[in-house]
Amino acid sequence: MTAPAAPAPAVPGMVTLSIEGRTVSVAPGTSILEAAKHAGILVPHYCYHPSLPVAGVCRMCLVEVEKFPKLAPACATAVGEGQVVHVHSDKAREARKGVLEFLLINHPLDCPVCDQAGECELQDYTFAEGRKDSRYLEPKRFNPMEDFGGDVLYVPNRCILCTRCVRFMDAVAHEPVLNVSERGDRAFIGRDPGADLTHAWAGNVVDLCPVGALLSKDFLNKARAWELDRTASVCPGCSQGCNIMVETRDETVVRLRPRPNADVNVHFMCDTGRLDYRWLNRRDRLEYPMVRDAGGALVATDWDAAVSRAAALVRGAGRVVVLASPSLSNEALFVLGTAADAVGAPKRYVLPRGPEAPLAGVKDLALRAERAANHTGAERLGYGEAQAPFDGLGAGDVVVVADEHLLALQPLALPAGVTAIVAGTVVPAWAADACAVALPITTFAEEEGTFTNLRGRVQRYVQAKTPPTLARPGFLVLGELAAALGAPRPAPLASAVFDALADTVPAFTGLRWARLGLRGLPLLEPAEVGA
Amino acid sequence: MGYPHPSHPRETPVLSRHFGDAEARTLDGWRARGGYEGLRKALGMDPAEVQNVVKESGLRGRGGAGFPTGVKWSFMKPDGKTHYLCVNADESEPGTFKDREIMRWTPHQLVEGAAMAAHAIYAETAYIYIRGEFTEPIVRVEQAVREAYAAGILGANAMGTGRRLDVHVHKGAGAYICGEETALMNSLEGRRGNPRIKPPFPAVAGLFGQPTTINNVETVSAAPHIVLNGAEWYKSLSSPANPKSTGTKLFSVCGNVARPGNYEVGMGFPLKEFLYDLCGGPPAGRRFKAIIPGGSSVPILTPEECETAVMDYEGIQAAGSLLGSGGVICFDDTQDMVRQIARLARFYAHESCAQCTQCREGTAWTTNILERIRDGEGTMKDLDTLLEIADNMTGKTICVLSDSCATPVVSGLKKFRHEFEAKIRPDRSRVMIPQLAGTAAA
Repeated sequence: MTAPAAPAPAVPGMVTLSIEGRTVSVAPGTSILEAAKHAGILVPHYCYHPSLPVAGVCRMCLVEVEKFPKLAPACATAVGEGQVVHVHSDKAREARKGVLEFLLINHPLDCPVCDQAGECELQDYTFAEGRKDSRYLEPKRFNPMEDFGGDVLYVPNRCILCTRCVRFMDAVAHEPVLNVSERGDRAFIGRDPGADLTHAWAGNVVDLCPVGALLSKDFLNKARAWELDRTASVCPGCSQGCNIMVETRDETVVRLRPRPNADVNVHFMCDTGRLDYRWLNRRDRLEYPMVRDAGGALVATDWDAAVSRAAALVRGAGRVVVLASPSLSNEALFVLGTAADAVGAPKRYVLPRGPEAPLAGVKDLALRAERAANHTGAERLGYGEAQAPFDGLGAGDVVVVADEHLLALQPLALPAGVTAIVAGTVVPAWAADACAVALPITTFAEEEGTFTNLRGRVQRYVQAKTPPTLARPGFLVLGELAAALGAPRPAPLASAVFDALADTVPAFTGLRWARLGLRGLPLLEPAEVGA
Repeated sequence: MGYPHPSHPRETPVLSRHFGDAEARTLDGWRARGGYEGLRKALGMDPAEVQNVVKESGLRGRGGAGFPTGVKWSFMKPDGKTHYLCVNADESEPGTFKDREIMRWTPHQLVEGAAMAAHAIYAETAYIYIRGEFTEPIVRVEQAVREAYAAGILGANAMGTGRRLDVHVHKGAGAYICGEETALMNSLEGRRGNPRIKPPFPAVAGLFGQPTTINNVETVSAAPHIVLNGAEWYKSLSSPANPKSTGTKLFSVCGNVARPGNYEVGMGFPLKEFLYDLCGGPPAGRRFKAIIPGGSSVPILTPEECETAVMDYEGIQAAGSLLGSGGVICFDDTQDMVRQIARLARFYAHESCAQCTQCREGTAWTTNILERIRDGEGTMKDLDTLLEIADNMTGKTICVLSDSCATPVVSGLKKFRHEFEAKIRPDRSRVMIPQLAGTAAA
C-alpha cells in the first residue's frame, strides 16, 4: 500500500479522509461505507442497506482505520477528519474471510437449485475473497422451509440473519411482523403469531435479502439470474411511477423489480406493481392491422389500408370523440391529441381507481388510487377525465379508442350505431361489434417512451422486448392517423416526438429527451409555465 | 465474610459484614447497623462532590471491566436532560454469585447505593435489573424498595431533602447477554436483549435514549460506605502496594475447593493464600490443576501462575488473566479440562444473542469441535482450527461475548494442550456420517 497523496485542502463543512489511498470529502456524520462509495470503493457488506436503519451485525464491512485499536464496522463508523481507511489490507481481508467462513458453515451449498444464485452476495464475496475449502465437519443446521404469506417463502437454512427483512417490516413498512427468534446458532427469522407478509409492500424483503433465504413464490424456479435481460423501465401500475427493471428471458417478462430512484421510490416497489406483469406475455394479442370487410368480419390488411380507412371514417363521421388510456406514453397522447385537434374532437380519458396503499416509512411513496401511469401527462396534454365518455354519441358517430391495456378491463357501454376505431393490444370486448378498424400497438415493455407521474416527473422507459405481433408503438400508429387527418406527420422516433412535445406544450417547456436520463426530470410548476 | 462459612480473620468485611444476619434485611435492622447514613450524607452534598469523593477513593467497576466509578459518574453533567441509573444485577457469569448474596442479605445496602448513585449522576430514577432466575433476591430487593418508599427514603421527597428519587426493580427473563450494559437497556425498554453498537455510549444516549450510567450491584453498594467513611478510609482497606486498585472486593469461590463461598478481602490479597488459607485449598488428597480467577470469561491460570499473583486488577493481569467479576472457579486434578472447556463453550453458544456472525456461528462451531474432541472423535487439525476460529471471534463483534468464548479455549489449549492431544488418536482417519436431526449426540 503506497502512502496517500499529499493531503487535499480541507473542504469547509466537509470531512476529508483517505480510503484505500483515495482522498474523498463527505458531509460530517457520513459512514465510512458511504464515503467509500463516493471514492468508488465497495466495502463488502450484508446487513447494511441505505434505506434501512444501521444494524452493524454481519460484521462483513470491518475495515482498518489507522490509529483505531480494532477493526471498525464501516457501516456504523462515522468519518473523521484525516482518517486513513484500508478496505483491502491483510487484516481487513482476513476478517472478511473469517466472516464468510462462519456464514458458510451452516449454509447449504445448494446454489444449483437456489433462485438467488448469480445475484447472491454470499456467492459473490465467497468467490472473491472466501476460503476455497471447508473445515466444517459437523452436520449442517437444518430447519424446514416456511411460507411467510404474501409472495414470500422463507428458507431458513440459507439465512445469514442480516435482519434486513426484520428492519424493513419494522422501520419502513411500520408493520413489525418479523423478528429474530431464538438465540445463538438456533436463531431464525420468525413471524409474530398469526401475522404474515400480506402487507402491500412486503415483497421488497425478497429484494433486500442478500442471499436466497427469502424467495418470491411467483419467481420460484422460473429462471436463473444470469439468463435474464434487464431493462430500465417505469412501473405502469399506478401514478406513483416507481422506477423498475423489467427482467425478461427469451422475450418473456419473468419479473419486475424496483430500480433505485431517491426522488420517487427509493429502493422499493409495491407487490401490486411487482406481480402485475403477466399481461405483458399475453398470447391473444391483436396481430395485424384489421378492417371490417363487406361481410362484417374483421380481416387482416396492411397499415396503409387500415389507417386510410380509419381516417375516412373519422372524416365522414357526425361527431368524433377521442378516448385515450392514461397508461399511454406522453408521446402517444401528444400525437393522438394533434389528430383530435385536426378534426376538433374532444379528448377524454377514463381512469381506473383502487385503494391507496402507502409505504409508511417513506415520504410520498404509495400504491396510488389512480391506477394508471400517465394520467398527469394526459391532463397536461389537454385530456379530460370522463365518467361517461360516450354520452351524447349516437348512430353515425365515431369514437377513436387508444387503448393500451387498462381500457380492456373497463366495462364500457358503447351506444348503438357508434363506430369504433381501436388502437390497442387487443380489441376490448365491449367494442368488438362496433370496431371498424383495429390497429395493433405495443405495450410499454415493447417500446420507448415517457410517463409523467403524479408529482409531474417525466420518466423514460426503455424497450425491454420485441412485440410478438406486427404491433407498432402507439405514437407511430397514431401519428400515421394524425397525418392522414391533416396534422403534421410526427418524426418516427420517440425522442424526436418528445422534443416536439416539449416545444409545443407549455407544461413541458424546457425538457429535452436527452436530458431526462433514466431517473427523470420534473415538469415546470403550473405557475412557472409561460414565465 | 465467607458466607456460608464464618468470617475468616484475614477477610475485610465491608459489604459482606451482615451476610447471614437475617435482621439486616429489614429497614429497621439495616438502620440499626448504620444504614442510610451514607445516603443521608450524600443527599446533603452536591452531586459533583459525591462524584469527587468516589473518584478520590479509587473505586472501580466491580462488574468486570474495572472502569473507575467516579470517572464514569463525572460523565454525567447537570445538563437539564433526564438521566437514568441502571444497576446491573443480571449476575449470570458462570462462577459468580457475589451480587446474589448482597441482594439476599443486605437488600437495603443495594437500595441505598442505588439511590446515592442516582443522586450523584443527577438522575431521579434508578432501575435495578435483576436476573430472572434470582427468585429470592428479587423478593428481598422488592421488599426493601417498598420499605424505603414507606419510610420516605425514596419517593418525591427523599429523606426530607425535597429531591425526588425513584428506584424500580425489573426482573430479567433469563438471558446472560442482558448483563451486557446496552443489551440490558434494550431489555429494560421492552426490546430483544441485543447489545447496541457503541458509540453512542450510554453516557450520551442510553436508556430511552437519555444519558445513562450503569453500575454493578457491588459497585453501588460500596459507594455509601465510601461517602460515609471517606475516600482515605476506603483506600486504607487495600494493599498500599498498588494504589490503582483500592478497597475491598467480593470473591465468589466455587468448584473443587474445600470451603466454597463468598469472601471479601482487600485488594492486593495474595491469591495463593486466599485459596489455601481462606478457602481451605483443594479437597483432601487432591491438587489444584487450574484456576479461573474472574468468572468464566477470563483466561485460565495454572497453579504455578497463581503462586505469586495478588488479587487486584493489575496483579491478576500480570499473572496472565483478568480480575473480571471475581468469580473464582477451581479445578482439581480429577477434572478433565477438555470437558470443562467444552462445557464453558456450550454456555456461550447457548447465550449468544445471534446478532454478530462471528459469535453466532463461532460459539456453536467451537462447541461442536470441543465436544467432538471430548468424545474421542477429534483430529489434530481440529486444534489448529479451534485457534483460528478463536482468532476470528476476537475483537470483531459488537460486544465481548464472542471474545469471552474464545478466551478459555485459547488459554486452555495453550496450557492444557496435552489433555486435548491425549483425546485424539493421531493415526485415526475419520469418516463423517451425517446424523439425522434430533438424533445427534448431545
